Amino acid sequence: MLLKHDIEFTLNGVRKRVTVDITMNALDMLRDVVGLTGTKYGCGEGECGACTIRVDGETRNSCLMFAVDFNGRDIVTIEGLAADPKADALREAFVEHGAVQCGFCTPGMVVQASHILDTHPDADAETIKRGLEGNLCRCTGYKKIVDAVESACCGGR
Amino acid sequence: MNVAEKPVIAPESLIGQRIQKKDAPEKAAGKTRYIQDMVVPGMLHAKILRSSRVHAKIKSIDTSAAKALPGVHVVLTAADVPNQQPIGVARDHLPLKGERVRSLRDEIAAVAADSDEIAEAALKLIRVEYEDLPIIAGPEDAIKPGAPLIHPAPLDADGQPKSLPPKTPVAFAGKADNIAMRFDYTHGDIAQAEAESDVVVEDTFQLHYVTHCCMGVSGVIAEFDASGNLLMYSNTQVPFLHKREFAEYLNIDPSRVRIIQPPIGGGFGSKLDIYPFEVICIFLARAAKRPVKMVFTREEEFLASPTRQPVLLTLRSGCRKDGTLTFRQVHTLHDNGAYTSWGATTPFVMMQTFSSLYRVPACDYHTTVVYTNNPYAGSFRGYGNLQATFAIEQHMDMLAERIGMDPLDFRMKNAQDAGEVTGQGMTFKSCGFKECLTTAAERSDYRRKHADNIANRNARGPVKRGIGIASMLHVGGGAKIYPSDGCGTILKLDDFANVTLITGASEIGQGSETVLSQLVCEELGLPISAVTVVNNDTAITPWDVGVHASRTTFIAGNSAIGAARKAKAKILAAAARKHGCDEAELDLRGGFVVVAETGEPLVELARLMRNLHFSDKAELVMTTFYYEPPSVHQDKAFKGDVSAAYAWAAQVVEVEVDTDTGIVKMTKVTGTHDVGRVLNRLGLEGQIEGGVVMGQGYALTENLIVDNGVTRNPNFRDYKLVTAPEIPEMDITFVESMDGEGPQGAKGVGEAPSICIAAAAANAIYNATGVRIFGLPFTPEAVYRALRGATPKPHWQAWKPA
Ligand code: FES
Ligand code: FES
Repeated sequence: MLLKHDIEFTLNGVRKRVTVDITMNALDMLRDVVGLTGTKYGCGEGECGACTIRVDGETRNSCLMFAVDFNGRDIVTIEGLAADPKADALREAFVEHGAVQCGFCTPGMVVQASHILDTHPDADAETIKRGLEGNLCRCTGYKKIVDAVESACCGGR
Repeated sequence: MNVAEKPVIAPESLIGQRIQKKDAPEKAAGKTRYIQDMVVPGMLHAKILRSSRVHAKIKSIDTSAAKALPGVHVVLTAADVPNQQPIGVARDHLPLKGERVRSLRDEIAAVAADSDEIAEAALKLIRVEYEDLPIIAGPEDAIKPGAPLIHPAPLDADGQPKSLPPKTPVAFAGKADNIAMRFDYTHGDIAQAEAESDVVVEDTFQLHYVTHCCMGVSGVIAEFDASGNLLMYSNTQVPFLHKREFAEYLNIDPSRVRIIQPPIGGGFGSKLDIYPFEVICIFLARAAKRPVKMVFTREEEFLASPTRQPVLLTLRSGCRKDGTLTFRQVHTLHDNGAYTSWGATTPFVMMQTFSSLYRVPACDYHTTVVYTNNPYAGSFRGYGNLQATFAIEQHMDMLAERIGMDPLDFRMKNAQDAGEVTGQGMTFKSCGFKECLTTAAERSDYRRKHADNIANRNARGPVKRGIGIASMLHVGGGAKIYPSDGCGTILKLDDFANVTLITGASEIGQGSETVLSQLVCEELGLPISAVTVVNNDTAITPWDVGVHASRTTFIAGNSAIGAARKAKAKILAAAARKHGCDEAELDLRGGFVVVAETGEPLVELARLMRNLHFSDKAELVMTTFYYEPPSVHQDKAFKGDVSAAYAWAAQVVEVEVDTDTGIVKMTKVTGTHDVGRVLNRLGLEGQIEGGVVMGQGYALTENLIVDNGVTRNPNFRDYKLVTAPEIPEMDITFVESMDGEGPQGAKGVGEAPSICIAAAAANAIYNATGVRIFGLPFTPEAVYRALRGATPKPHWQAWKPA
């Protein structure tokens, strides 16, 4: 029999209470239970960054977390970044700099970039590249993604 | 705004501008719904049981426990689908394998259940008994005399080959040998050309397995309506061709198959063929009478996706002392894997590079594609051209060195010009090849660095710098691989002067939606935002042969322009009638009908459109089609044209080789591409940069390790894609050769940027170290060994038919 657990957390600024199987993966919960599909499955093994979310401000691969790990935490997904003007500028920068092709890596990239922006507001290209190291993109060759993030750093130098 | 207040409008062009991708805002906000995100009410979730043996007979399959699991709706094996039709380019396999498995990816059973977890649990309950067969682990084993057959002919009760009607597909009739396909091509007199050569070099090159690694894994949803019509949500790159094929497998009329393509998480050629999982999902939906969704895991994606074809390639090339190429002779052996997909036909593209990238008076080319028990190869951006270019461009450097000529001068001496017809019969109407070479060389300071690096080879310190150049030729004006290469367009103007562009051409992330909108707006003087593109539903869009061969901008672009020009003529005629002037005096600019000469606005387009809609003769829906321009198709000997236009490029790669560790760092890529004309500069740069980095991965990091039929590294940790910190500095420039047939002069470019990188990297490593490496990839271990002379040169006995 599967064990269930009640958890409570903040998701994109809204308090949430969910009952989940204790074995449920956090990415699956976001996508299948809560219905927020902006966070993507790319590998399920912590290798691609498509599932990147923010947990208490830090970025995490949601595919490597259990849903129950969300209990008591503050979770922000790509959908939640809509409320953040800084992240808004970042999204615009992605569009403007041509950083999006198939777009499958993009939500994870934007979430990761929002963290870089918060923690290293003056980041140069090298710092940004290192910050995006855990996010794979097969389409763009990364250059335009780095350009986009760089332009958003310092409110666009 | 009132016309009276509107100042004159000067002509403005969108061509060459940096146009933002239409679908980018949705994607960057995480709102785009890919197939993985789609939920159809009532849908079941499906999983496939794959073989656990590389090559074996199936003795028995027991699905009873799986069927009994609560939540399981359907379990299918080959026995449950008695009339399976063979799939694939050579019709050599059945979606569900019942008697024999020929590779680890082979599909044995499939489950549709209430959830993925239940389907997964059901797979574990299926019992399969095998009887192992000898494994053909590589192409050289496949052609050994007496080698076990991968597709043996079936025997009758007396052990004699069954007599079957002619044209029985390979899946039923088998094959008498392991040869899946052969290509033989020749022009000129090879023996005489060799006799006239001052220098001849011969080497064998070895190309490895890589795979597409689309960030979005494969997936499909199939559902039948109450009348038995099939609706598929599919990531295919060729919806119209697949419609027909799916209908064939179901034995229904193709008009009863509808394919909707949700946005795709990457294609790169991987979605050109029909794969067993798609057909199996249809079988499940038919049996369950419910919609069924099947999505791969990443591991499955690595194990069961097509690959680029591994190739053993022996090239013999000659030239005269003055630097004139004399001949090329090529023998290759391709590992097809267990079944035939588009990978088997890549020799067709390779041939063009051997015969026509440079002026070669004589060319002799023989390719054998053989069955093995490995994963089967498909089409992948560049389509064989990476492999061919890897060999040719190394030989260009080697020949140049032998005759003491600068490698750039040697290439310039043999490079094609516009107007040339090659030995194979390809006609180069527009050709910026020489300008690509000189531009890339100048911008990278190639000559000076090349000489300096040689002089510094023996300097102290473990890190050596190298620079290498390579060039490429690829189709850029569609490709005549099907009997036709057409695309249709429907263009609808609404009463607010908005445009709906309904095109057969699919968007796979490459930006076709945006470029097609741009071409339409260029004609109609409207902003890009005025266009809505509908491109993903076979019930709505006109016919097209699919996204491949870098053809969309050229073919669909020309088709869209045709529709826009019809619309423009109609609008101007109406405006001329209204304003009592000649339509030739009018133009469309900035959302207005203007007097062409002065730019004086006559009427706002939206207002005119409203008027027209309320008149009774408006008919504001335009239709057009575009087929490749009439030109001679290739004959049976492969002579003639394959494309209306050809793309050219030269790329210079700079590396740092750490001779202590074997680590090769790609520091800079300078690329110059003849794109005909730059349409969307932003999108074009993005495609080129992405392609360069894909080429970097092919050269340095990516390697799908297939060992005795077993894929050893089906995950991103061990299959190493290039990450952000590793990318080179990129200097990308364009040559605009203004192709006469291209849309606004443009040619296709999607595949071009990946093609030269590995070849140029090989030349750069040689420039740095004086060591030439003939096999890919240039991983630290491989380079470390090669630098110490510990890598045997690849070798095989060039195989000729008995
Ligand atoms: S899906 Fe989580 S890192 Fe790839
Ligand atoms: S845009 Fe396609 S994977 Fe990054």
